[in-house]
Amino acid sequence: MDFEETAVKARAFSYFRAATIDQALDAHARAGDDARFIAGGQSLVPALSLRLQAPRLLIDITHIAELRGIGREGAYLRIGALTRHCEMLTEPLIAEFAPLLHAAAPFVAHPAIRNRGTFGGSVALADPASEFPAMTLALDAEIEIAGASGRRRVRADEFFIDLFETALQPGELITAIYVPLFKADQRFVFDELARRRGDYALVGCGMLATFASDRIDDIRISFFSVGNRPTRAKAAEAALIGFGLDAEHIAAAQAALAGDLAPPENDEVPPAMRLHLARVLLGRLLGRLGEGA
Amino acid sequence: MTAPLTSLDRPNSYIGRSLPRPNAKRLLAGRGRYVSDLRLPRMLYAAFLRSPHAHAKIVSIRTDEARALEGVHLVATGADLAKICTPWTGTLDHFKGMTSAPQLPLPLDRVVWAGQAVVAVVAENRATAEDALELIEVDYEDLPIVVDIDVAREAGGPLVNPGTASNICFRSQIDSGKVDDAFAHAAHVVEEEITFGRHTAVTLEPRAIVADYDPAAGMLTVHHGTQTPYQFQDLYSRHYGIPEARVRVIATDIGGSFGMKLHVYHEDMAVVGLSILLGRPVKYVADRIESFVSDIHARDHRVRARMALDAKGEILAMDVLDLTAIGAFSTYPRTSVVEGNQVIRLIGAPYRFRNYRATLEVIFQNKVQTSQYRAVGHPIACAVTERMVDMAAVKLGLDPFAIRAQNVIPDDAYPQTSPTGYRFEALSHQACLKRLHELMNYEGLRAEQAELRKRGIYRGIGIATFVEITNPSPAFYGVGGARISSQDGAIVSLTPSGEVRCLISVTEQGQGTEAIISQIVADQLGLAQEHVKVITGDTEVTPHGGATWACRGAGIGGETALQAARALKRNILEIAALILQEQPSALDIVDGDVVDAGTRNQRMPIAEIARIAYFRSDTLPPGTQAQLTVSHHFAPQGYPFAFTNGVQGCSLEVDVDTGLIKLLKHFIVEDCGRVINPMLVDEQLRGGIVQGLGAALLEECRYSETGQLVNGSLADYLVPMPMEMPDIVIAHVETPTADTELGAKGVGEAGTAAASACVLNAVNDALAPFGAAVNSIPITPTKVLKALKRF
Repeated sequence: MDFEETAVKARAFSYFRAATIDQALDAHARAGDDARFIAGGQSLVPALSLRLQAPRLLIDITHIAELRGIGREGAYLRIGALTRHCEMLTEPLIAEFAPLLHAAAPFVAHPAIRNRGTFGGSVALADPASEFPAMTLALDAEIEIAGASGRRRVRADEFFIDLFETALQPGELITAIYVPLFKADQRFVFDELARRRGDYALVGCGMLATFASDRIDDIRISFFSVGNRPTRAKAAEAALIGFGLDAEHIAAAQAALAGDLAPPENDEVPPAMRLHLARVLLGRLLGRLGEGA
Repeated sequence: MTAPLTSLDRPNSYIGRSLPRPNAKRLLAGRGRYVSDLRLPRMLYAAFLRSPHAHAKIVSIRTDEARALEGVHLVATGADLAKICTPWTGTLDHFKGMTSAPQLPLPLDRVVWAGQAVVAVVAENRATAEDALELIEVDYEDLPIVVDIDVAREAGGPLVNPGTASNICFRSQIDSGKVDDAFAHAAHVVEEEITFGRHTAVTLEPRAIVADYDPAAGMLTVHHGTQTPYQFQDLYSRHYGIPEARVRVIATDIGGSFGMKLHVYHEDMAVVGLSILLGRPVKYVADRIESFVSDIHARDHRVRARMALDAKGEILAMDVLDLTAIGAFSTYPRTSVVEGNQVIRLIGAPYRFRNYRATLEVIFQNKVQTSQYRAVGHPIACAVTERMVDMAAVKLGLDPFAIRAQNVIPDDAYPQTSPTGYRFEALSHQACLKRLHELMNYEGLRAEQAELRKRGIYRGIGIATFVEITNPSPAFYGVGGARISSQDGAIVSLTPSGEVRCLISVTEQGQGTEAIISQIVADQLGLAQEHVKVITGDTEVTPHGGATWACRGAGIGGETALQAARALKRNILEIAALILQEQPSALDIVDGDVVDAGTRNQRMPIAEIARIAYFRSDTLPPGTQAQLTVSHHFAPQGYPFAFTNGVQGCSLEVDVDTGLIKLLKHFIVEDCGRVINPMLVDEQLRGGIVQGLGAALLEECRYSETGQLVNGSLADYLVPMPMEMPDIVIAHVETPTADTELGAKGVGEAGTAAASACVLNAVNDALAPFGAAVNSIPITPTKVLKALKRF
């Protein structure tokens, strides 16, 4: 793009295209951590244009081959950090082994954003209103991180700390997300309440349940757009485990949500309304789950 | 069997025919010429430092570091521009007693809303200008803020303009008939307070301007994304002291306008001054956040209304109080009181009752200005009236169609004068109601609604009648002292090749002005539409006129083109008669050929007449001077406005657990008089309805207690999107105005006028089984769930 175009309003920055993870990490360290990794850029570029962020260096990680690809590794599906949102819709491995991500993908913004935005980028940003970070919680996924001290894997339960705050340390990079393979005795449901298709949801929820005949053996319920970070509804889960999905237990799970969620003050959606919507959504989703989803 | 011949069956009969816009292909192919894309040699870029405070004193401004930055050409403050630009005041004489503080491009010592431009930087590119903004330091001293409308009205409360007596900009009252009597003797009274949030235009292309002052020629050229180039030519001339003939405003393609781009904006005036100071072209394009905090907003009304009825459901009287907050200034040059004025004058307009009282209070506050935006005042007047009518229907056990049919002014009773003084030439409420009833399969929808309610599905059906103001005469602005023309001008020429050029003052903003003007000219002259080229939007080229606002393009501009084309045809036939040795009255023009009027036998192409007149005038009889260019001006006479009418209906579903509303189908029966291009009229209606649906459910500029706009982005300010929009079914009733030969009235705002009223009524119809109601627009899930006491 021509620099004279009026649309370019970010503060000046340097640009480096990394070919390997080590190059990317090195560049970040050499910039004194006044740098940002860029992949899909769907959140970072607007932030740069608004000058909410003004790093000295942008490190383009989109050409790092190791960050790409989707494949089975033992009991997990390894999803490369650069996997684009649209691939969640089109990749057969996702549909087969991580169908909850496949179900959530159509709700992620709009096609143009899905064509560019990446799974790793979404998880790294940890927007509390985003679908995918919350779904890593429901899936009990593990996030693989590369940093100066090597590689490590962090469970999603330990990854999301607070508003836009994660277990990622400065200069660290998500390389892949490991999702336990979907099993025959499992069911999933996903839905969200939004005023317009593609908007940030008023409330959203996805869940993965393991059934033993008609009883829930295990369930992980994850909400988004309900607080400072993607949130598991552990009290609601506890109210369901060991039981069938009848009206009584669904109502108990809905009631338990008050202990799980503490929606923040908001000028448009009061906390009590958000909690009400979460209960409505939970009730509807559990109903669908009971029907076999 | 062949259908009977209609006027559309003769050649070149383009009036009434759906034809594509000649400019649509160019725009679709990415060949639009938008000001945003324009780049002139030696052009510089402006950016503005904006106030973070809603109300504060400017203590000091330090710009040294910004001035020193490489690539920066100018840093200008309010004081710098005040030396070359005279102040403006947004008042009009016919709004008696209205006040507003004088305005300058940039403020001298006080900011009055958060987002107001304070300092301008001009640099080699926008990014450098933005860098410089970060180096400017402004010290502010907070002043008491007026955000809430009740705080603004408190005696002894904080003032937007210190030193004034109150925050009142304008107050007006209408009292017609015997209102107190009517209420005292009424069998039924319904009463409600309805609030309307602020919303804004959200044009796809933001405001864009390139000012290019040439000091050598003393000539100012402004490329301006506006719908009213002549108005701006006049304003730039007078406020910068440049003779009008040396100011040229060029308004080419524009990415949406909707009334938002005909107001004076501080940044736009500043950019003209910056170009004068630098002697170089200066460009400014608002970004999306800047648009949200500096484009005019609209609505923001709180209306308390009462309606009195007799035992049979006859409306006897209405009594309303409209409070509207307009920001810190009244907008220039059209003011910010027109919306309120139209609200109180349009309430009750479809109905027969004669007793009407209305009070309007227009109030200053520390927010960005509100002013005219598509369907000025209409959605508020319509929603208030139609909500009252529906409440009355419920109270009396009447069907919404029945109570309206009973109370509208009968179609055969025109002309009529409303209690507010509006004169209606001929409206068609009865015919429109009848047509809508069939169109929406009303009985079927009601039966379906009853059936679904048993299954816990809550559907609502809403209808709303409306009256729209179009084709305004000088009674709109001219009488108030504004140099805003209500006439239009056209220059029509036969080219040497036998084609026709039409230069006309009405402007194109995507609605198809150029298409319908070419249809009218081709139709009247008798040639193929593709042989008519229409040129708009350049004050150096096109004649002075009102341009595009208040639904005047087709009615006034169209009549101007019609008369001009007829005059050119007379001149062409005069020359043809001389050449053919015939009487002009024995000749006509069909498909570009002069023909015998009676037999339609071809005599000669008009291209041949052009060739002879332009190149072989020696062969014409001595003394003949062919006049193959004709200019014509037309100002509306007769009725001060051409009122139109119609009725909208909708069907929707309310999810009573989530408060989410799904629009199922929308209907409109509309009467805009003569329809020139049915396809364009329908698209105007659809576009207008969608904007009205956005207002009804989604759009609102929300402010914090400290006067900060909290949702100034397209992620947070919700505009209507295709997924949520229903199919829109359209039908027409045609009652042409007798004031013009063309008979066309306006249509651009009819969709917006009643869409939100329709949705409000439908939502309340859906909520009726719960005894719940909403009385606030936009109707958000929060409001619905609150009404249902769900949290």
